[in-house]
Amino acid sequence: MSLLRDVFTVVAISAGAFFFLAGTVGLLRFPDPLSRLHALTKADNLGLGLVVLGLLPHAEGWLGALKLVGVWLFALTAGAVAAQLVARAARSAPPRA
Amino acid sequence: MTPPLALDAGLALLVLAVAAWTIAARRTFGSVIGFVTYGLLLALAWVRLSAVDVALTEAAIGGGVTGVLLLAASARLRQAERAPARAEHLAPALRVTVAILSAVVAAGLAAVVLVPVTPAPTLAPLAIANLPATGLGNPVAAVLLAYRAWDTLLEKVVLLLALLGVWSLAPDLLWGGRPGPRYPVRQDSPLTLLAQFLPPVGIVVGVYLVWNGATAPGGAFPGGTILAAMWILVMQAGLADAPAVGGQAVRIVLVAGAALFLVVGLAGFVVADAFLAYPAGYAKPLIVAIEIPLTLSIAATLGLLAAGPPARAPET
Repeated sequence: MSLLRDVFTVVAISAGAFFFLAGTVGLLRFPDPLSRLHALTKADNLGLGLVVLGLLPHAEGWLGALKLVGVWLFALTAGAVAAQLVARAARSAPPRA
Repeated sequence: MTPPLALDAGLALLVLAVAAWTIAARRTFGSVIGFVTYGLLLALAWVRLSAVDVALTEAAIGGGVTGVLLLAASARLRQAERAPARAEHLAPALRVTVAILSAVVAAGLAAVVLVPVTPAPTLAPLAIANLPATGLGNPVAAVLLAYRAWDTLLEKVVLLLALLGVWSLAPDLLWGGRPGPRYPVRQDSPLTLLAQFLPPVGIVVGVYLVWNGATAPGGAFPGGTILAAMWILVMQAGLADAPAVGGQAVRIVLVAGAALFLVVGLAGFVVADAFLAYPAGYAKPLIVAIEIPLTLSIAATLGLLAAGPPARAPET
């Protein structure tokens, strides 16, 4: 049972790390601000979500698990708001020559 | 190399790299972003050193409020930055002197860190041994508010002086008025949503950090900073206007923390034979009583620091 739990944790966190890597590559490689934001929010939402999911079985009781999920939800909120604000600023700014 | 060691080494290298980039960046804005990243990485480093109290404060102050202050400063500097930069003329002798002095300081610090005295000088056992006398459970809180209360009091006064420095940038005509522009409320803006949704949670977290600070990592500084962050968010979203800096209520809140601290400190002469000494058995209630106004003062000071100098004439 504990082996199964550890395998789940390793798989989930590795998948999360993959999304962070992919998001970073996208941030560096994509041509315009909106696509870069798109790549970045994937890393925030899915990457962190998978890392939290992987850590849940190891949390200290249900309160610890709740805190972990809370961290993810706040990161989601902050990420979504920041992405919206940056996107609006990028759209209203004149394109750079 | 064991995994934790590899993690720490990577973190240390990252901190150094970001620090170097922050100094080398040509543009103020990029440099400020580097500084915020540096503060957050440094907070992680403090966590790795098991100094959670310091990490909380570093993340809140170094990564948060200082970042906001520096961003505001960089926005003000943007005009000056566009103007053609004048070539800086520093005499070669001066450059060499500065280089030598910097090298001496760096070498001195390196010598202290790399060639440690054994046993290392430490006050930690003494701090833990006297913890029961303070009634507190968190040794960091005991250092800040009992053993070294004097430093904490002066820190608070320095914050007030910094705020006075910002205010004094205002022209005479605007003195006592409201700081910054009146931000318009934009119903369709995600910032408005965040400023409505986050403060209730943030206020609970801030109060929790202060309340818990006596026994666990937390305290007036990180708690007050989180409260200040919520206030700054609400002001920037336009949901609340910044108060006029000439207002009496504002000024009372600003000085309340330091003033009460000073009163308790002076009372120490009478009831406990020394400045800032607490009478036996009353240390913890007194410390908690000081921390509450202290938190409010810190939150108000940081919020008004971020709001900037008065920019609108007082309504009379």
